Amino acid sequence: MTSARADDHLLDELQTVTLTVNGSRRSVAVPPHRTLLDGLREEVGLPGTKSCCAEGECGACTVLLDGRAVNSCLVLCVEAEGHEVTTIEGLSQDGLTDLQEEFLNAGAVQCGFCIPGQVVAAEYLLRTNPSPSEDEIREGMSGNLCRCAGYQRIVRAVQATAARRSGGDD
Amino acid sequence: MTEAPERTVEPFDLPEDPGPRGQVGRPVLRYGGGDRTSGAQRFLADLSFPGALQVALVTIPVGCADILGVDATAARAIPGVVDVVTAADLPSPMPRFGVSHQDRPVLAVERVNYHGEPVAAVVAETLDAAQAAARAVRVDYRELPGAYTLDAALAPGAHLVQDPSIRPGDPAAATNVLEDALYIWGDVAAEEARTAVVVENVYTFPMVTHFPIEPGGTVAVPTDQGGLDVYSPVQHPYLLQRTLASVLGLPLNQVRVFAPDPGGGFGGKQNPKIEPLLAFLALRTRRTCRLVLSLEETFQSMRRAGCRMTARTGFTQNGELTFHQVDADFQIGAYADVAPRVMGKGSYVAAGPYRIPGVRIAARAVMTNTTPSTAFRGFGSPQVAWALESQLDAGARRLGLDGLEIRRRNLVAKGEAFVRGASEATADGEWHQSLEKAAELLGWDQPLAPNRGRGIAVGIKPGATSGLSQSLVRLLCDGSAIVYAGTSDMGQGARTLWQQIVSDELGTPLDQVSVVSGDTGTVPFDLQTSASRSTVFMGSAVLEACRDVRQRVLDLYAESTGVPADQLSERRGTLVTPEGELSLPEAARKALGSLRGEFIGQGTRRLRGKGNHPLGGDAAFYEFNATAIEVEVDRETGELLLTKHVTVSDVGTELNPLQVVSQDEGAAIMGLGHSQMEQLLLDEHGRIRNLGALDYRIPTFKDVPVELITGAVENHDGPGPYGSKGISEGALLCTAGALGAAVAQATGVVIRDLPLTPERVWAAIQTAGTGRHE
Repeated sequence: MTSARADDHLLDELQTVTLTVNGSRRSVAVPPHRTLLDGLREEVGLPGTKSCCAEGECGACTVLLDGRAVNSCLVLCVEAEGHEVTTIEGLSQDGLTDLQEEFLNAGAVQCGFCIPGQVVAAEYLLRTNPSPSEDEIREGMSGNLCRCAGYQRIVRAVQATAARRSGGDD
Repeated sequence: MTEAPERTVEPFDLPEDPGPRGQVGRPVLRYGGGDRTSGAQRFLADLSFPGALQVALVTIPVGCADILGVDATAARAIPGVVDVVTAADLPSPMPRFGVSHQDRPVLAVERVNYHGEPVAAVVAETLDAAQAAARAVRVDYRELPGAYTLDAALAPGAHLVQDPSIRPGDPAAATNVLEDALYIWGDVAAEEARTAVVVENVYTFPMVTHFPIEPGGTVAVPTDQGGLDVYSPVQHPYLLQRTLASVLGLPLNQVRVFAPDPGGGFGGKQNPKIEPLLAFLALRTRRTCRLVLSLEETFQSMRRAGCRMTARTGFTQNGELTFHQVDADFQIGAYADVAPRVMGKGSYVAAGPYRIPGVRIAARAVMTNTTPSTAFRGFGSPQVAWALESQLDAGARRLGLDGLEIRRRNLVAKGEAFVRGASEATADGEWHQSLEKAAELLGWDQPLAPNRGRGIAVGIKPGATSGLSQSLVRLLCDGSAIVYAGTSDMGQGARTLWQQIVSDELGTPLDQVSVVSGDTGTVPFDLQTSASRSTVFMGSAVLEACRDVRQRVLDLYAESTGVPADQLSERRGTLVTPEGELSLPEAARKALGSLRGEFIGQGTRRLRGKGNHPLGGDAAFYEFNATAIEVEVDRETGELLLTKHVTVSDVGTELNPLQVVSQDEGAAIMGLGHSQMEQLLLDEHGRIRNLGALDYRIPTFKDVPVELITGAVENHDGPGPYGSKGISEGALLCTAGALGAAVAQATGVVIRDLPLTPERVWAAIQTAGTGRHE
């Protein structure tokens, strides 16, 4: 082949990656440059995680990796080998969670495109800080953009969920 | 253009029963919200098209160049590449499309007119192959001295962005002015003679991009009939259908547009962009072709027009406006899109909702070698409001009045004209109430802490000036109902409203009303989802369809039961018979009998334009908003902390208060975007320097005001169902003016260029410290 190019390698050399997604072991054959985001969407078949900026700024692709919120566009599939991933589909396996219900009650969901990432980020925030202050919510969620700008609604949803989880009646 | 006015949109239904209105008026939760929250909602990029070909665009890294040649040899050699398509592979002459001028080519022909304009498209079996091949396509080009700024475009001998042959017979074709608008009333010179104070200033409003979190994209599927199914998250599926049919020479029925819910539109997803290219690729390859744009490519396909405005404004000693004169140059892009209308409609209200005896507004749509600008929430109004509202505050400062008082003295009363002359417009709301409510909610009269300032401003935007929405409502034999309405639900929550209206009108439980949209093959025509029109237009069509259903139920009930029709009557949710009242679903069941079946009601809302009106017709309603902001300025860094932000909209009737609040908060924060941080920056080659989320900042959680308060004024005086008006844009119309006035009060420094970045505020404070300020 005289037409060999520097990036031809991108088109082959599939690697098998085994990871746990939403509690199930999954093996996918992906090229080494495939992001976890694209792997989840295209190979695992879970399109609930959204793609927007592809450079870790918008948070639409947020998933839990071993329980920590990450931008899945900044993680390679091969880096997730042996790790546990939880996506929005995983959080919703048994129907809407209290957090998701509060998103709806607060009017936080408009176009909805950023919402899966928001929900995962908020879930992580509440797991690490069960009763966050408003400032802590704003700080903790600041990596997730919403162009419909439902920010104040989302803050309310997180506060309401924290109250529910602490057993407080509102 | 010569169509006679038929009927305007009449108020449909001023609430005769001001008590509980059933589901309408309640904060009903969003239709489809569950799927949006669980990740089950399928946006365009989530749809599965097994075996689809993937498309990648080829561009060049400059904003203006002659294309000398395209060498795809290396690209074609990459395994999996099916085709590399350039202008030479498309029909000649190149098909062009556009809503105001048919000027936009499917692919660049001989010349690239803006950074990111596609020169070629690669079609491959995999996305990896398509993208690798796109990088391998070699484009030889000669860079030209493009017109990237207003000054460059308006200079003598400027590079002409548009080939003059695109608009033959237009004397301005040899300039970069695509269209202009002139609105004059009264006698400015005579008014100036009785003027006590004149303020004259220049204002700029930046180019900003929509930044929907869902990037753009299109999938085109060839059908065995020789037609196409096209999937695109568009606001105007029926316009896309017509555009594709026209470009491809197909009848409308051969182009079926599926419009998955847009993941944010804001105007950017109204008009066709890459869809014609995907259509040609699909017909050429006879395969499904898929392209999902990157966020960077999305930036390069939509933006708001920047604007430079020179304003002279006169006041009496009492603070009454005497005249307002403004020259506004809108920096549109390399192709017209709908930008000339943004210029014309925006500048129509450049004198605002005020009583001004003498006005002269001159506006131009100036083409530059930049991303084609298009509709963007507010549609030209935020630009002109920035200048006008700042001028009011400049006058107020000179006269020793405050921002609230000067507006009180000039704001028109309901029924009073604020645009005069041949195309008069009168206030359709009690706008003073919004102003007063905003001031009250902010605490306008409260003592002010150091380094803080307050500003208040108002904004106005004409709603749709013509329109047509058609709807079908099917009442099924078990009493459940399906609504067919072509409004794109991009976050505003249109379907929730249809659900509420149908539930009330037919008596069907809310959760038994479903809505079908986003398919030109099954859903009746809707002109477009824009200008906050859908509540008024489609809402009225849905309401009329419900009433049609009720009449049909009555008629069949009479036929089935033998009760004479003149002894029956119907009203909301109910059939009244000689034996008593029946719920409408129950009456429907009885009428349908053992054969079952269903009732199909049709509704149409049409507003014809006026041929002699500069906007093509009177606005169906006006969006009016008052915004009041308190800000704290850090004089050491120039950073702004919004301690309180109040926005009050004149909504007619809140059909769903939760959705009104969501839209108002969202618009307010989007307004803070262009007021505080957003701007597209170009380099000397016309390239966007801050291309992407890393460098182009939009408001985040941390930018939300400490207190963000929305209020609504309800007088049930809109032309939509139950006295409603459209509401989705109001809260960003005058954000900039309110913030600018607040910063001026806090710092003593007036800034006339947006956005008010920390750097700009800091620099202005420093300059003022050296003795130069107003």
